[in-house]
Amino acid sequence: MSLDHTAAGQTGELPKRAEGDGPAAVSLDALEAGRHARVAAVRGSGAVARRLMEMGVVPGAPVRVIKAAPLGDPLEVRVRNYHLALRRSEAQTISVVLSTED
Amino acid sequence: MSSILESPPQAGAPAGADAETRQLVVALAGNPNAGKTSIFNALTGLRQKVANYPGVTVERKEGLWALDAEQTPARLVDLPGLYSLDAASIDEEIARDILTGRVEGVPAPDVVVAVVDATNLERNLYLVTQLLEAGRPVVIALSMVDLAERSKLEIDAERLSDLLGVPVVPVTAKSRRGLDELGRVVLGAVGSPPPCALWKMSPKAEAEVRRLYAAGAASREEALRDLYAEGLPEDAELREAVEQARARLSSSDPQWWQEPLTARYRWIEEVTAGAVRGAKNMRPGSTERIDRLVTHRFFGPVLLLLVMAVVFQAIFSWATLPMDLIDRGFGALGEAIRAQMPAGLLTDLVVDGVIAGVGGVLVFLPQILLLFFFIALLEDSGYMSRAAFLVDRLMRGVGLHGKAFMPLLSSFACAIPGIMATRTIENPKDRLATILIAPFMSCSARLPVYTLMIAAFFTDVRLFGFVPVAVVIMLSMYLLGIVVAIVVAWVLKHTILKAPPPPLVLELPPYRVPNLVNVLYTMRNRSWLFVKRAGTVILTISILLWALMTFPRSEAKPVPDAQEGAAVQAMRETGVEGRGEPAPLTAKSEGDTADEGAQLQQSYAGRLGHVIEPFIAPLGFDWKMGIGLIASFAARETIVSTLSIVYNVGKEADAESPSLIDAVRNAKRPDGSPAWTPLVAVSMMVFFVLACQCMSTVAVVRRETNSWRWPLFMVAYMLVIAYVASFVTYQGGKLLGLS
Repeated sequence: MSLDHTAAGQTGELPKRAEGDGPAAVSLDALEAGRHARVAAVRGSGAVARRLMEMGVVPGAPVRVIKAAPLGDPLEVRVRNYHLALRRSEAQTISVVLSTED
Repeated sequence: MSSILESPPQAGAPAGADAETRQLVVALAGNPNAGKTSIFNALTGLRQKVANYPGVTVERKEGLWALDAEQTPARLVDLPGLYSLDAASIDEEIARDILTGRVEGVPAPDVVVAVVDATNLERNLYLVTQLLEAGRPVVIALSMVDLAERSKLEIDAERLSDLLGVPVVPVTAKSRRGLDELGRVVLGAVGSPPPCALWKMSPKAEAEVRRLYAAGAASREEALRDLYAEGLPEDAELREAVEQARARLSSSDPQWWQEPLTARYRWIEEVTAGAVRGAKNMRPGSTERIDRLVTHRFFGPVLLLLVMAVVFQAIFSWATLPMDLIDRGFGALGEAIRAQMPAGLLTDLVVDGVIAGVGGVLVFLPQILLLFFFIALLEDSGYMSRAAFLVDRLMRGVGLHGKAFMPLLSSFACAIPGIMATRTIENPKDRLATILIAPFMSCSARLPVYTLMIAAFFTDVRLFGFVPVAVVIMLSMYLLGIVVAIVVAWVLKHTILKAPPPPLVLELPPYRVPNLVNVLYTMRNRSWLFVKRAGTVILTISILLWALMTFPRSEAKPVPDAQEGAAVQAMRETGVEGRGEPAPLTAKSEGDTADEGAQLQQSYAGRLGHVIEPFIAPLGFDWKMGIGLIASFAARETIVSTLSIVYNVGKEADAESPSLIDAVRNAKRPDGSPAWTPLVAVSMMVFFVLACQCMSTVAVVRRETNSWRWPLFMVAYMLVIAYVASFVTYQGGKLLGLS
């Protein structure tokens, strides 16, 4: 499946959901496909970060990686009930925390 | 600002004209894929026109909308599809200028109709928050309500209207549901400004906004925009105040600029929580299933290739018949006019200059229509963004955007629609890079040249005994164009168009059955723009070329070269057209080919051919080919008809005409050696692959980039590349002992 390698970001492993001591954030490009998460922060700046936020990628928004394109990049991401394609380089600037259902 | 009295009645009329005759101006705004086009078409029908905004290439669409039975129609101005008003792209800038009445000929709208996709409410409402802040009366047209109902999503329109503070009208364009009501509500909304300051930021940020307002910003909204915009206000005092405010905010929060964005969405979430009940997952299951195949690792690319193949096949095979008909129609029209008008310069100008020139443009119309049909179909269905998703990684390798793929693909049929299709690329540098390499794709106008060269020298030759060389050469020519395009794109993106790799933030909308009406309107509008604007320039250049090939006139008729082919051709023409008529008369009215050959030789074009001979000799070309080259800068395929004139085989010869092929094979240089060899033919083809010999393309690039700088640059750099490549081909071939 094309989904497996989406988790293999630089972090190598996914942080576990740490109940109690605050959720650990992970960047969106390292999020395993199919896992529900919420945006924790948009770390980028400039026009791209602004455009992402205008399109609803703001802290608290539900996100989920659907799949990667055949060549591994870009990613198809579900945000606020619609689907968005963005490159890994953009996804890296978005921190998410795992959540249950959107 | 909100008084309708400030809206002049018509474009160009002075403000404050008679209030009784004023025409309401309504702007239609909305996200891409929100169903705006369908609503626009349903409201205006055929009463719409398309133009370009001055100075930019954003399509300007406008129509008349009868708000109710009695009211004179309002001007409905269709804004480009937008996600926000924060002027990141040309589209957004234009939209803001229209909303604030800064576009010439378009008064600030009396009412803004915001099209909001009911199935994608939160993101669509973001634009609405900004439209409300713009201060014009807003009416919301809630689209896709049929889809929402089918997915068991309940939106309480009244509650939504209460929460937003503006009227909300559910509409379905296809069944015309809610359209009459929309008209009435818009009429009622005239003069009632929207509520302001619905959402709040942190006390600290709000305090800074208030402080800016006090420091001289025109309104809270202006203060907010000044504070959070990318640039700075022009007013020096205000600029300083903004800089100080930003410094204070950023000292406590490095991401301070995100606050209004987050606050708007927080407010939107409250609104939707109050007005929406039901399904969480709004995406139709069919879209998920289709995408499982369309963006599949293996089947996705295969399907893309298939789609490409079908589009190509259609453009090449379906367009041939109408193209032939147009070609023949103009030929017949020319003949008819020649028969009616007295022979002379005026007739020649009308027939060879005007009609041939106009025909030269219109002959591409079938291909352009077909291509626009497919592009509109793929866009409307939602497939286009999947194609960009699939190829983005490849395109990024040369510094281009995934969205550049379709325009480049289109350019294999014809660069003109391809260049026009680059409009979907937001970043001007990426768009320019795509425009500049599009003409390298081997378009259909090169086919006659390839066909002639291959027919003359490479038929029946086989590689390893079974691979036809003709096929290999044809494929190589297509490949050569692609490879050079990739190299040039890479160089451009690393030099004059240097920019970080373009970001890709691309919506993948749900698949929809394409709306045929939208597709047809799009085809009509875009083709008309092509015919109208490119046509004027092309016409001018055709007349110029005609003049170059006609003047100076020879007083005494030169003795034609006693070539048998020419004589036969002339006799055939005489026989067909003027049976029994005295020969000289027919020759004069029909344009005797031998005569034309001689005339051409001593015309300015002929002299130019001699002048450029020293420059093109290293490529293997003589002065006769030079004339063909000069003429081919109007349009590539004209080299075939020009060579026919030069070699006295009659103008009507086409690429597969035996007489022309024989003439090319038998043409001699002054020293008696053959003028054309297989090596010369290859050199010629290479030149045609790489040179920008198409004034339609130049005209379109001029229009799309709004300056002569880029089209001239394109012609120049492509000419240099073509020259060098031909030179290397010919001289290299000779060194290798080829001929």
